[in-house]
Amino acid sequence: MSDLTKLTLKSALEGLESKAFSSVELTRAHIEAVESARALNAYVLETPEKALEMAQASDARRAQGQAGALDGAPLGIKDLFCTEGVRSTACSKILGDFKPTYESSVTANLWRDGAVMLGKLNMDEFAMGSSNETSAFGPVINPWRARGETTALTPGGSSGGSAAAVAAQLCLGATATDTGGSIRQPAALTGTVGIKPTYGRCSRWGVVAFASSLDQAGPIARTVEDAALLLTSMAGHDARDSTSLDVATPDFASFVGKSVKGMRVGIPKEYRVDGMPAEIEQLWEQGIAWLKEAGCEIVEVSLPHTKYALPAYYIVAPAEASSNLARYDGMRYGLRVDGANLTETYEQTRAAGFGEEVKRRILIGTYVLSAGYYDAYYLKAQKVRRRISDDFDQAFERVDALLTPTAPSAAFPLGENADDPVAMYLNDIFTVTVNLAGLPGMSVPAGVDSKGLPLGLQLIGRALDEGSLFSLGGVIEQAAGFTARPNRWW
Amino acid sequence: MAIDAATVRKVAKLARIAEPEERIEPLARELNGILTWIEMLNEVDTDGVEPMTSVVHQGLPMREDVVTEGGDPAKVLANAPKAAKDFFVVPKVVE
Repeated sequence: MSDLTKLTLKSALEGLESKAFSSVELTRAHIEAVESARALNAYVLETPEKALEMAQASDARRAQGQAGALDGAPLGIKDLFCTEGVRSTACSKILGDFKPTYESSVTANLWRDGAVMLGKLNMDEFAMGSSNETSAFGPVINPWRARGETTALTPGGSSGGSAAAVAAQLCLGATATDTGGSIRQPAALTGTVGIKPTYGRCSRWGVVAFASSLDQAGPIARTVEDAALLLTSMAGHDARDSTSLDVATPDFASFVGKSVKGMRVGIPKEYRVDGMPAEIEQLWEQGIAWLKEAGCEIVEVSLPHTKYALPAYYIVAPAEASSNLARYDGMRYGLRVDGANLTETYEQTRAAGFGEEVKRRILIGTYVLSAGYYDAYYLKAQKVRRRISDDFDQAFERVDALLTPTAPSAAFPLGENADDPVAMYLNDIFTVTVNLAGLPGMSVPAGVDSKGLPLGLQLIGRALDEGSLFSLGGVIEQAAGFTARPNRWW
Repeated sequence: MAIDAATVRKVAKLARIAEPEERIEPLARELNGILTWIEMLNEVDTDGVEPMTSVVHQGLPMREDVVTEGGDPAKVLANAPKAAKDFFVVPKVVE
């Protein structure tokens, strides 16, 4: 494999600028890597012709001195983002061969800055899952394997394709989305960096909706700095999303490498859950030690409603999903299965088009919103959500950021939690709180377990303070010296 | 048990998803498993707590009431399972 795929996004951009190689050469190297890695099932659609076309245009721009911030960099795009003229399915059968006639705002921002699209990345159906096993295209295989074993492991979910592609060097970076942990958990399970920004930083326009009050786009990359470069391009106000924040986007990369001396970092004691592997506990302690060495003040804090976040999420998210997914009626786009009358056509279309987990969530959502249950479930969950958000507000009166583990385990074998929905949901126990409160959260690879599998630490910040996360994430990245890469078996 | 087979059938009907008879009992079990776990929310005192519908601390933006996009039926219909002229073709609704 060409060394060009081993570069970080930052060094690739430097190489392009110094004319060490062209975008066409860089893109071709990635296309070859993608083609030789189909065993991972990370891409559900490869777009090599489009990629080379975009790369040629990028080289022409650079020759004329008009290169953008990401010009010529080949990226992977999660299949939840609508891409004009390129099949976008959210990895659901119900979208069939849907080819959007418009471009999502986030991907449009990346193309505005010159990035190159390699293809569409696998994910859990409608972003509902924590292992990529609910995808209509089948699961992604984690490029990481336990030492001496060949068992297929999950890359996590829902952005499993994004995380696996970045870890296996099948793109320089990828777009992803996070409704309950779908950027950070797969990043942790693949040794990559993932950040879910503050709710409203990235436009949701053109991103297939799952739970609108929780969904946020963000990048997965191989370094903290690369994630910063991508987020700077992806973020920004967009009048087409009424929840898009009308605030300036900082140059996030400028925060990487900044001193964190004097910063107060909170350790929420409620994140020490029963049954957490000792190795994750130790890694957390190690992270605390690294931040102390860098001059941070460590403060124990309490987020008393933490354990209620996941059950509250499993009311709010399915409720919003049942409403959002009502649009898949077989009339205007996607699959249509004809029945004897209109109602049967709806029912047959949705029965054939949705997978089991999506159906389960639609049914839960419909139930908790139905007459007589609304107050007991939905209203109650929204009140608990306020409590969780208040917990964070109180903690952030005393600290500047929080440090926690990202996920309760390393990558697990495919099929492990397949018949127990609640066991699968517990994967998001440390990440989901952040979505409910709308805060930014980042996962940084911090070490490997005894089997050689990557583990991540999570940083949580105040609303709109991604900058502190990039500074702290950079410190952890440097202290951890995480250079492990999956051994190529595919 | 909060959810019995009849409730699953009713909810599936409301959600417009045809669930085959052999899935009804398993679904009742799965949904009960999830809802039983969710019951722990009852431990939280939420008296007087304002429900949180949005994390965005800004009002909905207003704009001029003018057409900004549109006028391209071909684009709108491009992915339709069935279309004729400038219309979606749907099953008969009124007899």
